[in-house]
Amino acid sequence: MRLFVSEGAPGTLPVLAAAGRAQGRAELLISTVGPEEHVVPFLTRPKVPVLQLDSGNYLFSTSAICRYFFLLSGWEQDDLTNQWLEWEATELQPALSAALYYLVVQGKKGEDVLGPVRRALTHIDHSLSRRSCPFLAGETESLADIVLWGALYPLLQDPAYLPEELGALHSWFQTLSSQEPCQRAAETVLKQQGILALRPYLQKQPQPSLLEGRAVSNEPEEEELVTLSEEEIAMAVTTWEKGLGSLPPLRPKQNPVLPVAGERNVLITSALPYVNNVPHLGNIIGCVLSADVFARYSRLRQWNTLYVCGTDEYGTATETKAMEEGLTPQEICDKYHVIHADIYRWFNISFDIFGRTTTPQQTEITQDIFQRLWNRGFVLQDTVEQLRCERCARFLADRFVEGVCPFCGYEEARGDQCDKCGKLINAIELKKPQCKVCRSCPVVKSSRHLFLDLPKLEDQLEEWLGKTLPGSDWTPNARFIIRSWLRDGLKPRCITRDLKWGTPVPLEGYEDKVFYVWFDATFGYLSITANYTDQWERWWKNPEQVNLYQFMAKDNVPFHGLVFPCSALGAEDNYTLVSHLIATEYLNYEDGKFSKSRGVGVFGDMAQDTGIPADIWRFYLLYIRPEGQDSAFSWTDMLLKNNSELLNNLGNFINRAGMFVSKFFGGSVPKMVLTSDDQRLLAHVTLELQHYHQLLEKVRIRDALRSILTISRHGNQYIQVNEPWKRIKGSEADRQRAGTVTGLAVNIAALLSIMLQPYMPTVSSTISAQLQLPPLACSVLPTDFLCTLPAGHHIGTVSPLFQKLENDQIESLRQRFGGGQMEESLALKAKVFPKPAAVETVTTAGPQQIQELMDEVTKQGNIVRELKAQKADKNQVAAEVAKLLDLKKQLALAEGKPLETPKSKKKK
Amino acid sequence: MAAAELALLEKSLGLSKGNKYSAQGERQIPVLQTNNGPSLTGLTTIAAHLVKQANKEYLLGSTAEEKAIVQQWLEYRVTRVDGNSNKDDIRILLKDLNSYLEDKVYLTGYNFTLADILLYYGLHRFIFSF
Repeated sequence: MRLFVSEGAPGTLPVLAAAGRAQGRAELLISTVGPEEHVVPFLTRPKVPVLQLDSGNYLFSTSAICRYFFLLSGWEQDDLTNQWLEWEATELQPALSAALYYLVVQGKKGEDVLGPVRRALTHIDHSLSRRSCPFLAGETESLADIVLWGALYPLLQDPAYLPEELGALHSWFQTLSSQEPCQRAAETVLKQQGILALRPYLQKQPQPSLLEGRAVSNEPEEEELVTLSEEEIAMAVTTWEKGLGSLPPLRPKQNPVLPVAGERNVLITSALPYVNNVPHLGNIIGCVLSADVFARYSRLRQWNTLYVCGTDEYGTATETKAMEEGLTPQEICDKYHVIHADIYRWFNISFDIFGRTTTPQQTEITQDIFQRLWNRGFVLQDTVEQLRCERCARFLADRFVEGVCPFCGYEEARGDQCDKCGKLINAIELKKPQCKVCRSCPVVKSSRHLFLDLPKLEDQLEEWLGKTLPGSDWTPNARFIIRSWLRDGLKPRCITRDLKWGTPVPLEGYEDKVFYVWFDATFGYLSITANYTDQWERWWKNPEQVNLYQFMAKDNVPFHGLVFPCSALGAEDNYTLVSHLIATEYLNYEDGKFSKSRGVGVFGDMAQDTGIPADIWRFYLLYIRPEGQDSAFSWTDMLLKNNSELLNNLGNFINRAGMFVSKFFGGSVPKMVLTSDDQRLLAHVTLELQHYHQLLEKVRIRDALRSILTISRHGNQYIQVNEPWKRIKGSEADRQRAGTVTGLAVNIAALLSIMLQPYMPTVSSTISAQLQLPPLACSVLPTDFLCTLPAGHHIGTVSPLFQKLENDQIESLRQRFGGGQMEESLALKAKVFPKPAAVETVTTAGPQQIQELMDEVTKQGNIVRELKAQKADKNQVAAEVAKLLDLKKQLALAEGKPLETPKSKKKK
Repeated sequence: MAAAELALLEKSLGLSKGNKYSAQGERQIPVLQTNNGPSLTGLTTIAAHLVKQANKEYLLGSTAEEKAIVQQWLEYRVTRVDGNSNKDDIRILLKDLNSYLEDKVYLTGYNFTLADILLYYGLHRFIFSF
């Protein structure tokens, strides 16, 4: 038999490994062919690897080839192996091809690559750990292991893509990778080039279909209706009937909120916004709004919750701003702190305290932590070459230097970090540095500084991460960032600056210096809590009792996941460290970035001038929350989501449910006699509610919002199918049915109002008021769906909840906030909306013409193949091939694609 | 869909007691809860299981080669035939199958197998909508 392979074809890996296992059974010849070679005569599309059997038959499925080798060695087929192989072909492969395509062809990294396969990886891990078998189909390694290992190896051989929380998968993968046949297959295929070895092959492949489906990340995933067992339905009905009586009593509100032994104590922080920037929508969703949803949810669960935030006020940026505006730094901070506080108040952010970092408590806590680090030998002294602008007569802080990034050559790299490649930069390493204020070239001067000895703390950090990460809810991007920092090795980091506006350094010889903001900004959470209560240490020096959730955008991960923990561990004062680090990706504006200087995007203070209520902003920002990948704010999409999800789905349902009670039953909830259909709906709602809880407990904020909309969709369908407005005019039985449907619907509306509370607090309280929900039901969200509005309950006046957004209104807002990029972004938009037309708008020929050409290409391709198969005259073949190439060229032109140059075929 | 197909298969295999199937996920993958072990998921996995239950193993192929070919076409059924194929994909698929079957009676050559049954079920909807 003969095996046809191609350079870099991933399928070759499992096939060679399986051949290695069944070695010696039959002679195997291996031929290498080009990636587009038609080996199997009856297949239109090229396929490798292919095994040609001695009988002349072809095996063109990778799994079937592996299976054949195993069958030859005497192995017998079993159900479990079949199941794994079917799963591999239908579930794993589509996800994996997308991930490999992203990684190898598109050069993406991190969560972009891991995202598509995460579910599949978790499935394998859970199966392994549940069965507690070392291998997929039992005690010994077998076909399923080889096929899956071979499929996964190209991706997982890079430890960055083998999530460490998946322990069972980890050890399974290591075991297989160390076996000889697997090792040899890996060497043959990847040739020690790692994943890049697959590039020549994958580049030639069509884009995997999963990618096309995911092109717009803002769309909801398909909803699935699971089948419910009779027991589940019965249980849901029993719980429902218990009603409000089964709720725990309301906890009295404490002031100040302090941790309580034996309870769940949740401490929430959101990244401290820098005081003199007005936050844009991206800042708001990444930090304060995300944390707010979780804080509100946490309170609804009756968890003991404290939510802390404030402005980060020290540093050069403030000094410079003060110079610009002719004020003192303190005056600048006072002015801008109020602006921030107003914006967050408008967005209804439920801080327990919104403080600031320029307080005596900040100085005291920072100096104490520093002193402890100093005493324990975790601080180094060194002389630093630093950039000084002679014209401005001062040392330049990192962010006041710009230049060319020494790593990637990006022109506008900042002195501390490159926005393009994300690497941290030492300001003096910048090429062509410029003072950002006066644009003159700074000179290098030396100055004595203090350094935090991160390498010395690395072991402690690793030990802590090893205990904290498994089983925690750190977002994948945060894990990824921390892992890559540790892989590159930690270096000492300078913690002082030649400035005046900052926390003084309590050390002789450093009187004219202050702490660098990144060292003491994260202590701001502690000092702000200290401003809230003098018992702040009960929150911050209490790791046994306190669960710390920290919210931020991904650029802040190193400071919260590495630097703060290192300082706190080194200080040895039993600090509370982050249990769950929740980082978002970035939110873009339309098709570009938010930019204050170019006037592009919506900033916090402008949102209120749009006339669109804060809750609508909250809803849309949370709906597109950049979880897992970057997302984009789009005016058109906002209009669509408001009009479809809020107005037509949610608002429509809640309003109808309430109106039926008012109109048909005089405002009093009618008697409910549940049929089996009602009971099924009740169980579905319960299930979706439990799903909502599971998601929010894991801080999957965006996904949990989908659960709310799903329930309301169920509700709308329920009303639509049962038509209470018709039945109310019918027989006695019909009238009773109308009552039941109305009663159940209005109870679902009551549930939705509480589920909405974390997302849209004002709308939530409006609904609760309209339905006259009892106070207890407004403050607690149970894990089961209860009857909170029993028969006889009187509701209030019902009115519509949402307003339609009109096209011209949105269009004028888009123009107002578009900035200089408006036209460009509109042009791009035209390609994105409407979706199905996307391909056609960029083509230069009509779809019909293209279709005709495609058919001709196919026809001509067949002629060529037939001639080749018949071993026809060479010149005749060449002539037909020339025709084919010409047709392909016409097609490419018609489709507006760049021309492919024909490749010379390799001889077999 | 898949449950109806499996019920049909049960009948043609002569299995008397009908199984109950549930469906999983957006693609509605069939799940069979077996009496003596964990549940089985996936159309071809369950189909192969039913064949063994009916003591008709020959439908899975007799030689190593036949067995591999049967599984290859079962995989083809669930990945290609059931995939979200557009009109062009379906045309190519039918053309490929036609040219493969030109010199054959059944998918494995001369023996009728489970691959023929499931591919027949799978293609049914295309052939009747063309």
